[in-house]
Amino acid sequence: MSSTFVTVDGNEAAATIAHQTNEVIAIYPITPASPMGEFSDTWSAQQRRNIFGTVPDVIEMQSEGGAAGAVHGALQAGALSTTFTASQGLLLMIPNMYKIAGELLPTVFHIAARTLATHALSIFGDHSDVMAVRQAGWAMLASNTVQEVHDFALIAHAATLRARVPFVHFFDGFRTSHEVNKIAQIPSADIRAMIDDDFIRAHRDRAMDPERPVLRGTAQNPDVFFQAREAANPFYDVLPQIVQETMQQFAELTGRSYQLFEYVGAKDAERAIVMMGSGVGAVEEAVEALAARGEKIGLLKVRLYRPFDIAAFVATLPPSVRKIAVLDRTKEPGAVGEPLYQDILTALAESGRLATCPTIIGGRYGLSSKEFTPAMAARVYEELNAESPKRHFTIGIIDDVTHLSLKWDPEFSTEADDVTRAVFYGLGSDGTVGASKNSVKIIGENTPLYAQGYFVYDSKKAGSITVSHLRFSPRPINSTYLIERAGFVACHQFNFLERLDMLQTADPGATFLLNSPYSREEVWDHLPQEVQRQIIDKKIKLYVIDAIKVASETGMGMRINTIMQTCFFALAGVLPREQAIEQIKQTIRKTYGKRGDAILQRNFAAVDAALANLHEVSIPAEVTSVMRRLPPVSTESTDFVKRVTAMLLDGRGDLLPVSALPVDGTFPTGTAKVEKRSIAIEIPIWDPEICIQCGLCALVCPHAAIRSKAYPQEAVAGGPEGFLSLPWKGKELPNHLMTIQVAPEDCTGCGVCVDVCPAKSKSVVKHKAINMEPKLEHLERERANFEFFLELPELDRTQTNFDTVKGSQLLEPLFEFSGACAGCGETPYLKLMSQLYGDRALIANATGCSSIYGGNLPTTPWSANADGRGPAWNNSLFEDNAEFGLGLRLAIDQKHDYAAHLLAELTSVVGENLVVPLLTAPQITEADIREQRARVAELKAILAASQDPRAEKLHQIADVLVNRSVWIVGGDGWAYDIGFGGLDHVLTTGRNVNILVLDTGVYSNTGGQASKATPRAAVAKFASSGKSSRKKDLGMLAVSYGNVYVAQIAMGSNPAQTVKAFREAESYDGPSLILAYSHCIAHGINMTTSMTHQKDVVQSGFWPLFRYDPREARTGQRSFHLDSRKPTKSFKEMAMQEGRFAMLARLDPKHAEHLFAQAQQDIDEQWHYYEQMAGVERGILDELKEAET
Amino acid sequence: MSVDLSTDYLGLKLKNPLGIAACPPLTGDLDMLRRLEAAGASMAVLPSLFEEQIVHDELEFDRMFEDHAESFAEALTQFPDLHEYNTGPRDYLRHIEAAKKAVSMPIIGSLNGASKGGWIRYARLIEQAGADALELNIYFIPTSFEMTSTDVEQRYIDLVADVRQSVSLPLAVKIGPHFTSLPNFAQHLVAAGADGLVLFNRYVETDIDLETLKIKPDLLLSNRHEARVPLRWIAIMRDQLKASLAATSGVHRMEGVLKMLLVGADVTMMASILLKKGPAFIALLLEQITMWLEEHEYESVEQMKGSMSRGNCADPSALERANYMKALISYTMEHPSPPT
Repeated sequence: MSSTFVTVDGNEAAATIAHQTNEVIAIYPITPASPMGEFSDTWSAQQRRNIFGTVPDVIEMQSEGGAAGAVHGALQAGALSTTFTASQGLLLMIPNMYKIAGELLPTVFHIAARTLATHALSIFGDHSDVMAVRQAGWAMLASNTVQEVHDFALIAHAATLRARVPFVHFFDGFRTSHEVNKIAQIPSADIRAMIDDDFIRAHRDRAMDPERPVLRGTAQNPDVFFQAREAANPFYDVLPQIVQETMQQFAELTGRSYQLFEYVGAKDAERAIVMMGSGVGAVEEAVEALAARGEKIGLLKVRLYRPFDIAAFVATLPPSVRKIAVLDRTKEPGAVGEPLYQDILTALAESGRLATCPTIIGGRYGLSSKEFTPAMAARVYEELNAESPKRHFTIGIIDDVTHLSLKWDPEFSTEADDVTRAVFYGLGSDGTVGASKNSVKIIGENTPLYAQGYFVYDSKKAGSITVSHLRFSPRPINSTYLIERAGFVACHQFNFLERLDMLQTADPGATFLLNSPYSREEVWDHLPQEVQRQIIDKKIKLYVIDAIKVASETGMGMRINTIMQTCFFALAGVLPREQAIEQIKQTIRKTYGKRGDAILQRNFAAVDAALANLHEVSIPAEVTSVMRRLPPVSTESTDFVKRVTAMLLDGRGDLLPVSALPVDGTFPTGTAKVEKRSIAIEIPIWDPEICIQCGLCALVCPHAAIRSKAYPQEAVAGGPEGFLSLPWKGKELPNHLMTIQVAPEDCTGCGVCVDVCPAKSKSVVKHKAINMEPKLEHLERERANFEFFLELPELDRTQTNFDTVKGSQLLEPLFEFSGACAGCGETPYLKLMSQLYGDRALIANATGCSSIYGGNLPTTPWSANADGRGPAWNNSLFEDNAEFGLGLRLAIDQKHDYAAHLLAELTSVVGENLVVPLLTAPQITEADIREQRARVAELKAILAASQDPRAEKLHQIADVLVNRSVWIVGGDGWAYDIGFGGLDHVLTTGRNVNILVLDTGVYSNTGGQASKATPRAAVAKFASSGKSSRKKDLGMLAVSYGNVYVAQIAMGSNPAQTVKAFREAESYDGPSLILAYSHCIAHGINMTTSMTHQKDVVQSGFWPLFRYDPREARTGQRSFHLDSRKPTKSFKEMAMQEGRFAMLARLDPKHAEHLFAQAQQDIDEQWHYYEQMAGVERGILDELKEAET
Repeated sequence: MSVDLSTDYLGLKLKNPLGIAACPPLTGDLDMLRRLEAAGASMAVLPSLFEEQIVHDELEFDRMFEDHAESFAEALTQFPDLHEYNTGPRDYLRHIEAAKKAVSMPIIGSLNGASKGGWIRYARLIEQAGADALELNIYFIPTSFEMTSTDVEQRYIDLVADVRQSVSLPLAVKIGPHFTSLPNFAQHLVAAGADGLVLFNRYVETDIDLETLKIKPDLLLSNRHEARVPLRWIAIMRDQLKASLAATSGVHRMEGVLKMLLVGADVTMMASILLKKGPAFIALLLEQITMWLEEHEYESVEQMKGSMSRGNCADPSALERANYMKALISYTMEHPSPPT
């Protein structure tokens, strides 16, 4: 039958089947599987029905473990149920997976296979997660392409119902889950035909039901457990046949035929690769190319991995094959070989085929989405030809340590000439990826051509660079690797030319489309030498358009996507120009139609204006430029940075050999400063004439890109011309100057500092003490100023008052230039913490935004001071962060006890006059700390000179005698949901840890899913009709323990209270919890005014400020302090300033009114409760009584 | 003897001259509309559809969805993909339809456009939604020193002509009082196609927050003394202007309504006083007006309408400069010079 073709990514391809074939969908966000849950939630919110005519119930749980538990329950009660996950999420499901398989419950878990966190987290794809569940008793079906994801999702759902064995249906994270490809859509009727009602009836008949009660989940003893475990064997024995028959049924309906194992290549092949996953696309291309040259090679694709059908495998393998390379996309350290390798070896041995196929080798490839290309596959075939091939090898990296890697020929290419290949370099904010996806859709859905899009993002949240790889072909596209040779290259941001080698992939004669502020006559002289050379040598055709100008004139702001897309179609010639423009407009209508007429008209105008501004540049014969591409890091960087970090920044990390990388994931800190991204268009410029030295600008800066420093007058001598100073006003620092200085190339231009600046000119009100001005006008001067500013001596930490905002901002930040969003609401808190305690802090950081901008390579914002001291940082997992942080504290306390013990034993060596203060001197003030450090230094000197063997032991741990500040940091997804159990437990331990919750009220890092911190009435993913329940009052839960210091703070509303809370929390010798209001892009607010907006947030009572200090209770004082005033604004007044709430008012005004009223009631009740806690009510009553008497 | 309170406005037959001006808490709420009609209101102007606001909302929501989209691998979007959210005029048009179903009195749509295309497009949509008439809520604050008063007036006139050509429903134009020669300007508006004028528009005014030194837009409720401005201009224009005239701004009491009718208003429109006193106040007002008319032996509203227009009043110069002189004299008479 004729098929409808759609262009979708792997996640959507899976979700469309899952949503149509299930009734209960329990989900939890995790990259790269989140979109499957999001699609399902959106469709159910839109009342889209499944094939049974009902709307699936989609429910978000507190963790993947919770989702698996809910699915288990739903299955036991007779529903059809599914979930989606990846990586750590799958690990959290394992306990339930054993149960589900043990109870023979039919379900399919769709897995976007992703790397497991080991020495590092990685969001990218490999099979380490699915391989970790291969023993759980589930069938495992591997999809290699987007089409297969769509097809196998249905085959799995159909087969599980018949077989009763649950299925893991997996496909490669990102490479398949996020690849957009043209596929044949399965009609609903075919889906319905595949799902057999008899099997559903049988499933329902087995359900728990008081009408026919049964007992499951028994506890069994040695007498029967074993036998019962074996009782299910027949179900596994017949499963491969069931899957094959289901595949046959599917083929009859759709015409697409699949086998448990599939072979491609020469019929008389002697060498074969066995593998599964997206990598087969690359191998298949290599096989085609090499077989065409007469090489006797083939590829065997494993589709049903569990149960492994030896007979089917052997039957599929050509009898001529004598050598096999098994490729595993996972690593199992210490094993005889990787899992698939071992399976194949066993299968051949058991089948007796080893005799005719004696050479089996195993290789690892593609960990964490490492590129895997036809060239690499070709090298593996070549290795099989070797006299003694490496039995265990790696491919895709250079292993100069254990020398396992195979060296491949990068020139080997299978890219066909009739395939259009285009690469687009853009900024995240300019819409390049969105337009590229639309281009794939336009061609995929309107022409006979097949289309593929794959998108690469960097790890920054502000100013991120995206690279879109598009292929258009007359044949289905299974090239599962990045484009290596492109006939079309587009650079959407002119300044990329200074940093990126975009023309490396350009084919000779390729077209290069450049968004340029310079005209066709001027542009040549503004290209770096390297770019000019490539253009001349490769005879590249260069076209320019000032897309920013066109966008500005058509009301598109900085969004140049449709303009550049129009130029692409005009130049690439994939479609006739007129037809292309009409299709672009159709897509615009489809994509933006619901946003309103104004948006449509602006996009149309941009399309119409594009071609008139597109010009070809005549290319001179010679390189004329005097400019060179910028080096990735300065020459003054450390050796590691120059050797390793620079390569990552230059986009050449793939070339680093194994020896360049740390063996245990340990990296130096303080590297963000080498990465001068220079992404701001405007930067804050200081006017000392107006400055009141409040320190607010430095406090709120999310990137530590504006700083204040006080220094002796004489220090300024020799400063660059234009370096500005102001006498320090405070009496505590006589004869000192101060400066507010911008780091011009680290600033993101968010403007928050200027927005909060309270000092205005008396004669021109709009002129403040700092003002946003064009960066290019100030760059040179401010660059020199900032360099000098850094050289100025840091203020003696004993000389400033930490308790004030301005005092705190004279301290050096040890968290700087992160990749967080411009205007981020979280990072100012971390920076403040680093200023106050960074030189003695250990940080346990939950996975999330803060772990990404804090610890995602290539650089880290965590840094050290001139003494080399700074925060020691680690991210363990998402769910265990509180426990992990507690472990840090336990180790410190234990080491301290051991040091005290050794000190006591060594009193005669060290001297009592040093031992006593080392163990008893207060360490409260900065002066106390300094004195203790001096004592420790003295101690170490004494110990170093001692021959006592205990001296060396004490020397090793002596530093722990200086108080350590343990910080447990994470977002609300961790604290309120997945990590709540651990956090709750840690609070009860009484141990001295400081827990900082950066509360955005949403899962920010994974794209705005609702958490239990999401406020009522807010629209979020998984709460698209507005969250109906109120936010959990985590603060009061902690207060209820009585021994936990708790503060709820909002820096933008009350910075002094914020500083006070940090000071009190850290000084409290017990658990402390700080709930920090953190605005976020997921709130739909103007990020420039986000800090001042916090005033409204607090004034409405939405986020009351309070502190609870158990120390005061111990002295009979009232320990709960309500630090904000009675609400003076309504919730609605505040909420309508935020898109997350305003959206609901647009979506469903009546429902919004209802939820807004409830939210107001929440606030009123909470405030009433807080007033009681703070004794405000009692105070008023007491006053009344006093007045009466 | 019963008094005929009916009046004609924009060709619409109204049961009495008490209409409701555009005001979100009053005419933006269906329940309130029902209560107003039950109390006796004869027509209602719905709150304005502001094109600028629609465009602003569309851009803001678009920005919210797009600004951080497709930038970061783990979060390709930040918000759920909503298919049904209100950008554009959808809810406004639904409100017209609902209002027409909820009450039987004439419902007048109100439009404030920002572009020529917008004025025409939204006027058509309002007509299609079933409004009985359309009120163009036009205001323009010239800030350019190059723009002449003629330029400003021509903008209004062109706009009225454009809308007139696009829709066939009755058209009223609501303007402010600040035109150099209001009668001449009004005549041009009528010539361009206006069926009536609504006098006068009250604008959001500018204030300053002394603590933050920020401009603070503010709209105060009208007071009854403001009625004197439309009173004068309706009296002056009534005789020669072949168009309906609606009086609004400061019509708060029975006396105010009667005075407006005397100088020639076809209808009065109220808002501020109803916000203070509630919809039932209309019934009280209607009773008072009826009583007054009966006491003074008027047969109908039509009879008294314009009976004190410039041409019909005994002392037309009192509406001109002499009025000012008289006021001064009466002031000094009532308030003798303070003792020296």
